[in-house]
Amino acid sequence: MVQYNETRLDASFAALSDATRRGVLEQLSRADASITDLAGKFHMTLTGMKKHVGVLERAALVTTEKAGRVRTCRLGMRALEEEAAWIERHRQLWSARFDALDKIVEHLKSKEKADARRKRR
Amino acid sequence: MPEGKEGSPAAMNRTAVERKSDRELVVTRTFNAPAHIVFEAWSKPELFKRWWVPKSVGMSLLSCDMDVRTGGAYRFVFSHPAFDQPMAFFGTYREVTPNKRLVWTNEESDQGAVTTVTFEENAGKTLVTLHELYPTTAALDEALAGSAEGLPEQFAQLEELLAGRS
Repeated sequence: MVQYNETRLDASFAALSDATRRGVLEQLSRADASITDLAGKFHMTLTGMKKHVGVLERAALVTTEKAGRVRTCRLGMRALEEEAAWIERHRQLWSARFDALDKIVEHLKSKEKADARRKRR
Repeated sequence: MPEGKEGSPAAMNRTAVERKSDRELVVTRTFNAPAHIVFEAWSKPELFKRWWVPKSVGMSLLSCDMDVRTGGAYRFVFSHPAFDQPMAFFGTYREVTPNKRLVWTNEESDQGAVTTVTFEENAGKTLVTLHELYPTTAALDEALAGSAEGLPEQFAQLEELLAGRS
């Protein structure tokens, strides 16, 4: 289970309150990208994008790694946890629905079998 | 839970959920019955309403009107202890191909998904694939948050968050 604490929550909410930063997360959920790529995609200066990535990094939503002159950004643990939790919420709903559907399907099937037996008689 | 005699229990009774793209959600499950039986449970209102709103969600279905044919409309009205007013969900069946395919729209807002359900029968079992296509990424992200079904889970999560903060 994910442990929430106040500092982390505040950092997450602050990080997510900005449309560009949400866009960056969405972009990174598709593929890792360099700061230069991100700056280009969001029509922003390198300095501006560095600031946004910094905010996301402090909230553990993004991690970055520098290789030579390129800094690559990818989704951080926190973002991956959020994504897993999101999928899990959907899975719970559909599991509950489909478990109920399964019971009805079983009932219909045995009813059909019983009807077929009756007809044969 | 008793398992069916035929079929591998691992593949049965398992609901898989995948975020296929930033606007698509895909849910699959295999049912141990022929397609016409599974389809019946999706297309007859008296059956559909018995499973679409799971008990764990805490909502009651006040009314359920379904005109299951291509171009037909549906309308569900739900109540929940947390809502002041009942909530309506409505839309249109874009395609109804008996025992094979159902496509419907969701029209409460312009952020509603188009849902396609296919029924594939193989050796007496039916693979159900439900595919939701949202107009925007934000709409998919908020699909549970905004939908009545998701609310109790959201509330539970919020409670958890609040408990952690105090």
